[in-house]
Amino acid sequence: MANQDSQSTPPKDKSAFGIFMHELARGSLIVPILAIITGLLLGGLIVAVTTDQVYTAWSRSPLEAIGVGINAALRSYSALFNGAIGNPERIADALASGEAAALRRAFNPFFESLIKSVPYIFAGLAVALGFRAGLFNIGAEGQLFMGAVASVYVGFAVKGLPAIIHLPLALGAGALGGAIWGFIPGWLKAKTGGHEVINTIMMNYIAFRLSEYLLRGPLQRPDTTNPISPFIETTAQLPRFFESPIRFHLGFFIALAAAYGVYWLLFKTRLGFELRTVGANPNAARYAGMNILVITVLAMSLSGALAGMAGANEVLGVNYTLAPAFSSGYGFDSIALALIGRSHPVGVVLAALLFGTLRNGALQMQIAANVPVDIISVMQALILAFIAAPAIIRTIYRLRAPQQQEDGLHVRGWGG
Amino acid sequence: MSTLSPTMKSSAEYTGGGRRRVMGVVFLALAAAIWLLFARTTQGEMVTTFTLNPGGSQANFPNLEFITLPVLHAIAFVCALLGGYQLVRGFGTRTNAILGLVAALFIFAFLSWVASGTSLNLAGLLRATLIRAVPITLGALSGILCERAGVVNIAIEGMMLTGAMVAAIFGSLYGLWVGLLAGVLAGALLAVVHAIFSIKYKTDQIVSGTVINIFSIGMSSFISAKYLAANRQLNNPGIFPDIQIPGLAEIPFIGPILFSHNVFFFSMLLFLALLHFGLFFTRWGLRLRSVGEHPKAADTLGINVFKTRYMAVILGGMMAGFGGAYFTLGSVGRFDDVMTAGRGFIGLAAMIFGNWNPFGAFGAGLLFGFADMLAARLAILGVRVASEFLLMAPYIATMIVLAGVVGRGQAPAADGQPYEKEGH
Repeated sequence: MANQDSQSTPPKDKSAFGIFMHELARGSLIVPILAIITGLLLGGLIVAVTTDQVYTAWSRSPLEAIGVGINAALRSYSALFNGAIGNPERIADALASGEAAALRRAFNPFFESLIKSVPYIFAGLAVALGFRAGLFNIGAEGQLFMGAVASVYVGFAVKGLPAIIHLPLALGAGALGGAIWGFIPGWLKAKTGGHEVINTIMMNYIAFRLSEYLLRGPLQRPDTTNPISPFIETTAQLPRFFESPIRFHLGFFIALAAAYGVYWLLFKTRLGFELRTVGANPNAARYAGMNILVITVLAMSLSGALAGMAGANEVLGVNYTLAPAFSSGYGFDSIALALIGRSHPVGVVLAALLFGTLRNGALQMQIAANVPVDIISVMQALILAFIAAPAIIRTIYRLRAPQQQEDGLHVRGWGG
Repeated sequence: MSTLSPTMKSSAEYTGGGRRRVMGVVFLALAAAIWLLFARTTQGEMVTTFTLNPGGSQANFPNLEFITLPVLHAIAFVCALLGGYQLVRGFGTRTNAILGLVAALFIFAFLSWVASGTSLNLAGLLRATLIRAVPITLGALSGILCERAGVVNIAIEGMMLTGAMVAAIFGSLYGLWVGLLAGVLAGALLAVVHAIFSIKYKTDQIVSGTVINIFSIGMSSFISAKYLAANRQLNNPGIFPDIQIPGLAEIPFIGPILFSHNVFFFSMLLFLALLHFGLFFTRWGLRLRSVGEHPKAADTLGINVFKTRYMAVILGGMMAGFGGAYFTLGSVGRFDDVMTAGRGFIGLAAMIFGNWNPFGAFGAGLLFGFADMLAARLAILGVRVASEFLLMAPYIATMIVLAGVVGRGQAPAADGQPYEKEGH
């Protein structure tokens, strides 16, 4: 695990952003940025290579084919931009007309990107918190499912409460559901040494099967045979700030608050210090008299709770119901996110905004440029690959080798 | 390095008296489950019928019929007896064998309960179990190859998925055997990436595996949406036919179960035997294992650690690619998005469950394949058990094994650690 804090001089600026910039400034700012750029370029290359017109042009002249390819990539990315941020012309027209409905439609893509970022922020924080404690929580996806299950249950089964009580209750249930799913592997790790990577993978699939069972049984909507839950009560819905079609909801700010909370916990509290110490050097932590068992269990539970909140937000803020395929792999993408964000809350939020924007824009890209949304997963994998092996980026761009040991990430071995 | 895990209690608690008591309680719990869940919900005069001829077989073997209730009671009694003895005295070194016996009795009791008042094709169940075990076992063998050499491979799932897709496309274009070869090569290609990341760049192997998994899901869905959906001729490879082993396939009951399968099943058996022999009885295997246990010592003795690891990981990738091709060329006959559905991870679980041994992994594969098959069957039969819980069983079992309750597995000591040659 990266030991960002153990040997370097402390940052002067103690604010969240200050610590983040300090960690980045130690030679690692350039790598994530180049990794993202390289990933986007390679994504464009894949788009170009899979465009049929390129091959018809190739038979005429290779130069023309390259031109066609670049055009195809640019067209796709402009569709992605329009889908993610908004079409500049439409925004200009809407601003000129000043009509409220037109304005909402024009700015909707931007807000949709923010909504898509919310589960990424939560899940990314979950994985990042685990990394800081030296734990590889690969089970965010399962924790997210259990959070969604718990919050949808409280959302539809509890009736007659005012929103001020019902909504926090539903959110809390989501956090609790995820926390339980994180607690089990954490406890197993601390108590028996069973590796959390294997256990969280197994817990993922247990969560998938369990939620399938629940959606076909106890949680199924009465009037249908489809595996889908009833709609939650309006009192459990996260309030939205604008009229339809903008779905921007309170969850975004809860996510930012959670990011600040994680920052505060990690860098301003004793528990956070102990947590990072256990992550950086468990032996030192043991000799310093820290209770590794409690900290490991607590870190996994908190991590699970954050992932559970990601699921709760999707259910309470966007869908208002739960269906089996409600998560498009947020839990797995969040591993990439946490690594790109250097396991720091600020970095995670920025990376989550990027991923949310890409995911949202990809839908438009599929419609406008006939490029399947799955290209985003490919790009995420590429970006993650470059972040995980900075040496590749350094080789491509002929950067100097870092002065000190590069902040890689290493998980301790299996078994125990 | 693995000693650094923050284990608070000594492992003795899980291997000594604690384990004896835990196992005793487990046996008693299974006995109680048989009695409470099965026997109490069975009427006295109900008859269980097991058919012993698989579908389509000519041989005529008499059915196995018995009155359900007394058999259930007898099984529960035997399990309780074994549990009581285990609790008081303990079976010592034979505990695992007794555990296997109790588990087998429990499964038999469960099947008897399911088939009470109706009939169940036992031969068909066994055959389906073997078939379902094929991809799981192949995935596990892939994991064993990599991890015995010290490289953790959680990318089995991704390699299988890619292998499945590539096999479907090439199989449609150039025939089944070319498709199979292409699937194997696709697995090898991803393995090369995994090897370069984890051996050359010393990236964390779990991150590297995650990269390959995300990439494989994304890329296969991308190609499927872009090309396969519109061009059905690219995604219609057909499947390998069953091979009847002459003579053996005609044996009643056993013949159709064991000796009438497609090329994947027989290859799996071959790989199983080869890998077991190779790992434990050849110089090649000794070197591979030494690299996974203590790379520095292996290096000192002149074994090329990097080369050995590359070789092992690439072979592992080929195995996973072969397992992936099973889905398209051996089972379904076309590629569907994310069709491996976690089988690669079950393979990983089978590897751990089987204690990083080929035959152990095969045993785990059979067990998990049985759960997989039963879940599918029960859904068709409309039995009063939620099939989802059966599908969870492999994962829960693996977690229990990992926790050391049923005997701790022994991972290769240097599993997951990049090797750094000194003086460079």
